[in-house]
Amino acid sequence: MYLHAKQLWRPVLLPAIIALCGASTTAVAEPGRWQMNMPRGATGVSSSIYDIHMLTFIICCVIGIGVFVFMFYSLVAFRKSKGHEPATFHDNTTTEILWTVIPFFILLAMAWPATKTMLEVYDTDEADMDILVTGYQWKWSYEYILEDGENVKFFSNLSTPQNEINNLSEKNANYLLEVDNPLVIPAGKKVRFLLTANDVIHSWWVPDLGVKKDAIPGFVNEAWTRVDREGVYRGQCAELCGKNHGFMPVVVKVTSEQEFDSWIADKQSEAAEVKELMSQQFNLEELMERGEAVYQRTCLACHGAKGEGGVGKPIAGSSVATGDIGEQLNIVVNGVPGTAMQAFGGQMNDLETAAVATYLRNAFGNNMGDMVQAVDVYNFKKGGGSSDE
Amino acid sequence: MSEHHGPAKGIKRWIFATNHKDIGTLYLWFSFAMFIIGGAFAMIIRAELFQPGLQMISPEFFNQMTTMHGLVMVFGAIMPSFVGLANWLIPMMIGAPDMALPRMNNLSFWLLPFAFTVLLSSLFMEGGAPNFGWTFYAPLSTTYAPPSVTFFIFGVHLMGASSIMGSINIIATVMNMRAPGMTYMKMPLFVWTWLITAFLLVAVMPVLAGAVTMMLMDIHFGTSFFNAAGGGDPVLFQHVFWFFGHPEVYIIILPAFGVVSQIIPAFSRKPLFGYDSMVYATASIAFLSFIVWAHHMYTVGMPIAGELFFMYATMLIAVPTGVKVFNWITTMFKGSITFETPMLFSIGFVFLFTIGGFTGLMLAIAPADVQYHDSYFVVAHFHYVMVAGAVFSMSAAIYYWLPKWCGRMYDETMGKVHFWIAFIGFNIAFFPQHFVGLAGMPRRIPDYALQFTDFNMMSSIGAFIYGAAQILFLFNVIRTIVAGKKVDDPQVWEGAQGLEWTIPTPAPYHTFTTPPQVK
Repeated sequence: MYLHAKQLWRPVLLPAIIALCGASTTAVAEPGRWQMNMPRGATGVSSSIYDIHMLTFIICCVIGIGVFVFMFYSLVAFRKSKGHEPATFHDNTTTEILWTVIPFFILLAMAWPATKTMLEVYDTDEADMDILVTGYQWKWSYEYILEDGENVKFFSNLSTPQNEINNLSEKNANYLLEVDNPLVIPAGKKVRFLLTANDVIHSWWVPDLGVKKDAIPGFVNEAWTRVDREGVYRGQCAELCGKNHGFMPVVVKVTSEQEFDSWIADKQSEAAEVKELMSQQFNLEELMERGEAVYQRTCLACHGAKGEGGVGKPIAGSSVATGDIGEQLNIVVNGVPGTAMQAFGGQMNDLETAAVATYLRNAFGNNMGDMVQAVDVYNFKKGGGSSDE
Repeated sequence: MSEHHGPAKGIKRWIFATNHKDIGTLYLWFSFAMFIIGGAFAMIIRAELFQPGLQMISPEFFNQMTTMHGLVMVFGAIMPSFVGLANWLIPMMIGAPDMALPRMNNLSFWLLPFAFTVLLSSLFMEGGAPNFGWTFYAPLSTTYAPPSVTFFIFGVHLMGASSIMGSINIIATVMNMRAPGMTYMKMPLFVWTWLITAFLLVAVMPVLAGAVTMMLMDIHFGTSFFNAAGGGDPVLFQHVFWFFGHPEVYIIILPAFGVVSQIIPAFSRKPLFGYDSMVYATASIAFLSFIVWAHHMYTVGMPIAGELFFMYATMLIAVPTGVKVFNWITTMFKGSITFETPMLFSIGFVFLFTIGGFTGLMLAIAPADVQYHDSYFVVAHFHYVMVAGAVFSMSAAIYYWLPKWCGRMYDETMGKVHFWIAFIGFNIAFFPQHFVGLAGMPRRIPDYALQFTDFNMMSSIGAFIYGAAQILFLFNVIRTIVAGKKVDDPQVWEGAQGLEWTIPTPAPYHTFTTPPQVK
């Protein structure tokens, strides 16, 4: 075992580092104001990472103090204004060998624990459960790969109101770090994440879990965690992924195993209910209401609050939204390749697709008066209209 | 022999310039203009980040600003400034009458204004300027890029051609035009560091050109180099980019090492402690820079063997870098030190670059980088090496050689005030970024969670102070050229060593038309 950083930390080096940094840097569980250091976090891995971080930090501080004391001593002691005559010496083989070799051994002292921690980070074997994490512009989707029953899949969107972002209302404590549907995992279980992306590269980062892994289209990366302490852990996308990169947080809720089991069961029955709903017919008002909710969650970022467009084309007065229903569904379901318009067929269920299509035809002054039902979307996809069949 | 002819009159002197001093001047003014433009982008970024919430600019424009700030500073400000310095100084330091290839020298400069006109014009295009970060990772920079990406690619090609020509010229000059007796191991360290830098440039600029050409093919000609849906590989882009990108950061810092290695002995009035070991350390850093690129990619999901290889190789760089720092401070030890502005900037460089080196070592540790990667800790780290490293050493160089160039002395008090404002502003701006990074703030976000507010506010204030210091710098330089106190002592500085201090002050238009004999 290597020396634990915290053993060195308190008695020996704290005063020196306080002098250097101007404040102490102890780990706190909840990120707070004036937090200066990495959190120790809630997992074995995050704790090992914290230790290796502190070890290298302290080694750097000790060397730094040595170097800077020597430098500032020289600057003060050998000033010309004090009448100091310059020496003429240069080159000293012994000194030069020493200052090459000693740092090398210091590096070895860091490399050894770093290698051990890295092996721990990469040990994704023998997980109790798998969750497929997919990055989208600009949200995460989580799919629980379950052995019994159907997989549970949902999207996790930023839930901070736009008014808070635009400074029109008071910002809440979890500003930009809150989502509509958090990832829920059971405490004490080894959870393996399989990470990929639908469009560009994203990176799934939760500091308290000590997990950061890129989600890359066409690749499936692996990461894992085991959290013993129940609670809510927050993080963000760490790889620049376009306009709303700063607005796709990660929230992980760690619950007891029983709570998790009942949550999963709820999710499964919810999915069954949605299936049920898909076979029903809705009237225009109902579809508009559902469509508006879908629009605000999924379309607004690119197409604007009033359908005026932005990254995406305008919806108001659009020839697509006021044209042929089949052509409109084709664009919503399959996207427009080579542009930011994604294929939403796999991201929304048939009812949501139908509702949003109806909404687009009847909102923002597009008064078509017609509507699309879930069954129409189903038939459209069946008829070869979908790329993921 | 007196001068047989002087510079051409008027604008033609600059358009048809083949004199290394004129071209050096062009490079230096161009890079300063880019420094101001890139700095203005930084001010916009910091203004938006002053408080949480979106106040001034949209997230789209914010991304354009971070991208353009990085590109303009790296390719427009820092790199050309050191090429300008090389043009002015290398012939004067090795006793050559001019650069080896003066017409190519003209072309390599004049490509740059066009390259940056192309790049900056994209700000006014439909869809906006490039918004994918200066590292332009695919597929954000290909399938999902704004139309202006094509202009960006063309601009990068032009800059690359310019850099390659500039470095071929430097290699040809250093290898062929040294005065009799000026052996390699007698060359000033600034010349050595530039020679090695030039080889790095020739090796990696074509790789960058390859990366952007593959992007161009993906965007316009239906290939799928980086498109997973077509059988391509987005991670390939990162490998190719960083194979260029890591040597690139040494391309930026090695000439800065050279400058500081000239200035510290001059104001310590004592020879550089270990000249040979400085040369070997520079060469080792250059070699290692080719085998560490994937330390920028610890989170892409490389196999564990790859992670460990790149971690060990990266950690090794600490050894030659340490040798350099030890050499500088041992040079000061038992010297006879004075604190003119160039020396202040050089000491500031050693102090702050060392801090940047330490955070670099921390970032090399792969498991810890799981937390640091793409956080503000990285932003703090590379500004400590790029700004406090490259830009501080460039400021030192301007103050040190400007009297030789124009025969007039800068205002010492104003220079010192510039240093202290820059030093304090820089640290207020970038030191707190270490803290927010460790606390979990990702980089390249236009808005942030509330717990990061205090340090961000501090950082913005520091950035404005640092920005204001550069206005003072500009003023001091112009005032020196126009109305500085005249100097005619060839030596200028009591402790300065080297051939450039043997020629008259101000440096005549043609120098060393007959080569000096170096003992």
